[in-house]
Amino acid sequence: MNLFHRHRGLTPYLLLAPGVLFLALFFVVPLGFLAYQSLQSGNFDFGYTFSWQWSNYWDALHNYEAQFIRSLEYAGIATLLALVISYPVAYWIAFRGGRWKNLLLLFIVAPFFVTYLIRTLAWETILSDNGFVVNTLQSLHVLGPSGRLLATSTAVVTGITYNFLPFMALPLYVSLEQIDARLIEAAEDLYASKWHAFWRVTFPLSLPGVVAGTLLTFIPAAGDFINAQLLGSPDNHMIGNVIQSKFLELTDYPAAAAMSFILMAGILLAVFLYARVVGTEQLTGTAG
Amino acid sequence: MTQELTRRQLLERAAMGGAAITFPGILAACGSSGSKASEGTTSVEQKLAKTLNFSNWTLYMDVNKKTKAFPSLDAFQKKTGVHVNYTEDINDNASFFGKIQGPLSRGQSIHRDIVVLTDNDRYLGLMLRKGWAEKLDKSAIPNMKNLVEVQKHPNFDPDREYTLPWQSGMSGIAYNDTLTDPVLSVDDLLENPKLKGKITVLNSMGDAMTIVMLANGDDPTNVTDKAWNAAFKRIQKAVDNKQIRQFTGNDYAPILARGDLMAAMSWSGDIAQLGNKHIHWNVPEGGGALWTDNMLIPKGGNVYTASVYMNYVYDPKVQGLMEAGDPKRNITGIYYIPPVKGAGAFAKKYDPSVANNPLIFPNAKTLSKVKIFDSKALNNQKYLEQWQNLISG
Repeated sequence: MNLFHRHRGLTPYLLLAPGVLFLALFFVVPLGFLAYQSLQSGNFDFGYTFSWQWSNYWDALHNYEAQFIRSLEYAGIATLLALVISYPVAYWIAFRGGRWKNLLLLFIVAPFFVTYLIRTLAWETILSDNGFVVNTLQSLHVLGPSGRLLATSTAVVTGITYNFLPFMALPLYVSLEQIDARLIEAAEDLYASKWHAFWRVTFPLSLPGVVAGTLLTFIPAAGDFINAQLLGSPDNHMIGNVIQSKFLELTDYPAAAAMSFILMAGILLAVFLYARVVGTEQLTGTAG
Repeated sequence: MTQELTRRQLLERAAMGGAAITFPGILAACGSSGSKASEGTTSVEQKLAKTLNFSNWTLYMDVNKKTKAFPSLDAFQKKTGVHVNYTEDINDNASFFGKIQGPLSRGQSIHRDIVVLTDNDRYLGLMLRKGWAEKLDKSAIPNMKNLVEVQKHPNFDPDREYTLPWQSGMSGIAYNDTLTDPVLSVDDLLENPKLKGKITVLNSMGDAMTIVMLANGDDPTNVTDKAWNAAFKRIQKAVDNKQIRQFTGNDYAPILARGDLMAAMSWSGDIAQLGNKHIHWNVPEGGGALWTDNMLIPKGGNVYTASVYMNYVYDPKVQGLMEAGDPKRNITGIYYIPPVKGAGAFAKKYDPSVANNPLIFPNAKTLSKVKIFDSKALNNQKYLEQWQNLISG
């Protein structure tokens, strides 16, 4: 018996070690720092000291409640929009894409070759007050003659939806692509209408993709601040904007840290509720 | 300060903002910010280093449009043998400070010999108060005598022991004449219903507050709570009325050029660089703001080499070329306001149109209408918080 066999019980842990170490170093340790910092008091000029300053949390919630809610709201709407837009696209590519599948997927990913910032700035031009979109909406009387899209919540949500769309489309595609087409045929053979076959067979089988996509979209979207900064007015700013300004402009690190924790808790809570509704097995993708 | 800068600035902020909730940011933030960097590292030895590490803002140096070389830096190397390692990595004061404060607070060098920070933002003063700047070697800067009078005794550095101006600029109001009648006052900008939703205000507290306080008849160089509240309420009201569309850094430039804005509180240099004949920049009727970007030597920088370089740029002949460029040699100048006496005469030789541009060489009357914001108010935590809450929703 060699050494490896005798210590077989250790093997999984040894294999896990690099990953655990990585997580510990780059996730747990910084998070610990962040928690430590969020309970400090003082100011930048004279230094911060640790003092169990729980009021940082209370103040953040109290003063920036609107931005917290707005962040979850915008991220929620954008996630829903991204789902509604990308489901048919992913479906079509998975079932009708044929030999063009890879090329079509490339089209979805293509905008990602351009920097996030530039993509967002492009929307400044698309939604410009004198641009095609606004003019069209004005002639359709959707917008009033002096109406605009830039510096409104519509523009911010549009920007977020656009920027996170591939995070939704790709997991959806993967789960749809794995569906055995014979199952849908079987459903139709058993007299299910196309509509029924979709809702009873295809959609439930694609749920892991839906769940993965919504999480991948919602979580980063809730912390985003670039879209609100560029496409929104001060009324549309999200909690990311506040954290950024607390951290950089005010060098109020404890407040910024406390807000980051509250945002994290808010997202975890939202994900938890979501998991309760759709079932945890969808989260881990073990369904079907 | 143009569009490119804006993009990079935002990118920078995106990166920094991200860092706020990730590892490097935390490490940086965990430095014991209370302690001073190690004292007594000032070198008295007057020996030139091989390279000078210089961090500056984007588009802030004379440049050869064809070769992308920096003629004045090349000439400096020829003259002294010192190679200038020139980096355009400052896009806004806050992010740059966020980047360097970690190492500085731990007493580590940031590997820069000169950095440039603005006097109407809080970070320049903060660097000095924290003891994170080296004293200039004035014996190596005889040309300091060419510093313009108004810059000689700023209240953050009364005897210019640590800082020297790089360039100045003015903040005022720009308008697009194809969309609106001239917008020349704060009353018009913030309260004319015709401009509703079609104007932006600078997100820099020093700039915006100076302009509004002057319009209110208050003194921005010595801010009282009363003056602050009056100006703040006025801007708050314009936000509530949806008069103000956004608060911006220099990202107003593309929006203004595109015609989405009728008017914008803006910086003179941006408008000079924009070169759009329909966009006019003015010092508002009540007065405008004057700001200055200052060179300083961060702790651990090479004092003598940096001082020799500062002496070089304070030579009016050198400054004249840096400012005006030289169209014959494809050199573009800086186009901001130089702090060096006599630079104008040399600028005229290279490019008379620059020397005659009132945004670059403003006359005495214009200069009498622009004020420098109170540096105490810049560091008033209550004001800062109120302001940030206003502009970030």
